[in-house]
Amino acid sequence: MASTFETVADIIADTCDIERDKITPESHAINDLGIDSLDFLDIAFAIDKSFAIKMPLEQWTREVNDGKVSTEEYFVLGNLCKHIDLLVAAKPA
Amino acid sequence: MILEYFQMVDRIVALDRKAGTIRTSCQVPTQSPVFVGHFPGFPRLPGALMIETMAQTGGWLVLAQLKFAKMPFLTRVESAKLRRFVEPGETLDGAATLTHDGSGFAVIESVISTGGQKVASAEIRYVVGPFPNDTIRAAMVFKAREIGFPEDCLHAE
Repeated sequence: MASTFETVADIIADTCDIERDKITPESHAINDLGIDSLDFLDIAFAIDKSFAIKMPLEQWTREVNDGKVSTEEYFVLGNLCKHIDLLVAAKPA
Repeated sequence: MILEYFQMVDRIVALDRKAGTIRTSCQVPTQSPVFVGHFPGFPRLPGALMIETMAQTGGWLVLAQLKFAKMPFLTRVESAKLRRFVEPGETLDGAATLTHDGSGFAVIESVISTGGQKVASAEIRYVVGPFPNDTIRAAMVFKAREIGFPEDCLHAE
């Protein structure tokens, strides 16, 4: 079974036409990979479907805009995957 | 429909917020300035306006889901198929189903048909955000009431 990161990296490569080898857990989706907000919505849609979750993008955006967390918290892929794992774990059985 | 004003949906026939479905009725006008150019001597509804009709049908559904707290804006049309010409005077039946209620975005599948025959279909995605201003929100609430939008979907809880 593919890891969360492998699944997310494949989604990003497919959605944004980025070479898979350039996508690492340390990559920042915006600063390193150049993903814009519209592409990120497509990525979020694919992640929601793949993991059967609903990523709280609006809440995360508010937290970043309010200065409560840095963009690294949600846009560095390793961190994003940790949040995805938490959402998956929190799903009702 | 008033094509030149981009008013595509005449009436909401059914809207089931819980099921995430909507059906609309859209009467193609017999005459419109649009038909002067599209096409001379062969008036047909432009494919772009078929897509707009599907997007607006789905848009009313998303507005119902949001209870008018936010507004959907078209961001992506996926797998669009325009299957046949639509002539002036035809009645289009719109239908849309919410397939994904994301955080800050929504995805629907939409179809328009006439006489039971599928005319066009597409997956349509929207980003969902605040109304740009009070004027547009008021105009949309007015239009919603005009076309039979359920009153209980007009106000956020």
